[in-house]
Amino acid sequence: MSTKKFMYLNRKAPYGTVYALESLEVVLIAAAFEQDVSLAFIDDGVYQIVDGQKTDGIGMKNFSSTYRALGDYDINKLYVSKESLDERGLSEDDLMPLVYEDEDDDWAEKPSVFVVSNAELSKIMSDQDVCLSF
Amino acid sequence: MLHTVNKSSFERNSLQSCVNIIDDSSVILLIEDGVISATNNTQSSIVSDLASQGRVYALQGDLEARGISSKVADNIKVVDYAGFVDLVVEHGTPVSWV
Repeated sequence: MSTKKFMYLNRKAPYGTVYALESLEVVLIAAAFEQDVSLAFIDDGVYQIVDGQKTDGIGMKNFSSTYRALGDYDINKLYVSKESLDERGLSEDDLMPLVYEDEDDDWAEKPSVFVVSNAELSKIMSDQDVCLSF
Repeated sequence: MLHTVNKSSFERNSLQSCVNIIDDSSVILLIEDGVISATNNTQSSIVSDLASQGRVYALQGDLEARGISSKVADNIKVVDYAGFVDLVVEHGTPVSWV
């Protein structure tokens, strides 16, 4: 089967709508088909990977731990819009420290979150075969 | 009157519409994605005046779910569900700005 480059654009905060959770489901499906998957977090989507989410108070499933498992599915390119973080008073330190183990480098643990400018992000987008927006 | 806003002001203008219309005795409770507007960010000015008058509340559970309870802007009062009930008792049936 041929491999395509898939990018998932995550644009909504988690829990208020079902977009973030649905995006994760589709991301995992693409990974199961061994596609080249990358994720982008822009606008309120950056809240999806903010560290320290605690959902006991709203009675909803906390799915933020799923992002930590993405590395095991060879999903290790998570791009975060610098501008979107700035607008929201957030910085890279507020995000979950997501990592993956590089099998080509003796399973060394490496970061999978990359804070990039919107200009850099648009370049990465134009390099994709498919972009899906959630 | 009590007004609830459940959308992020980065996505929708419901919070701005609410602020534009409500009277001097009204209070706003930010819930669901609305709590994003309770944190320090470029949209904070929408409620900063009302907050300084003690008229803006945000729901604790929704702040915690989004990992932003440590980033609440000055003068915004954080309440739990019991506090939500107290606001309804005090101000009557809420208007929901969906």
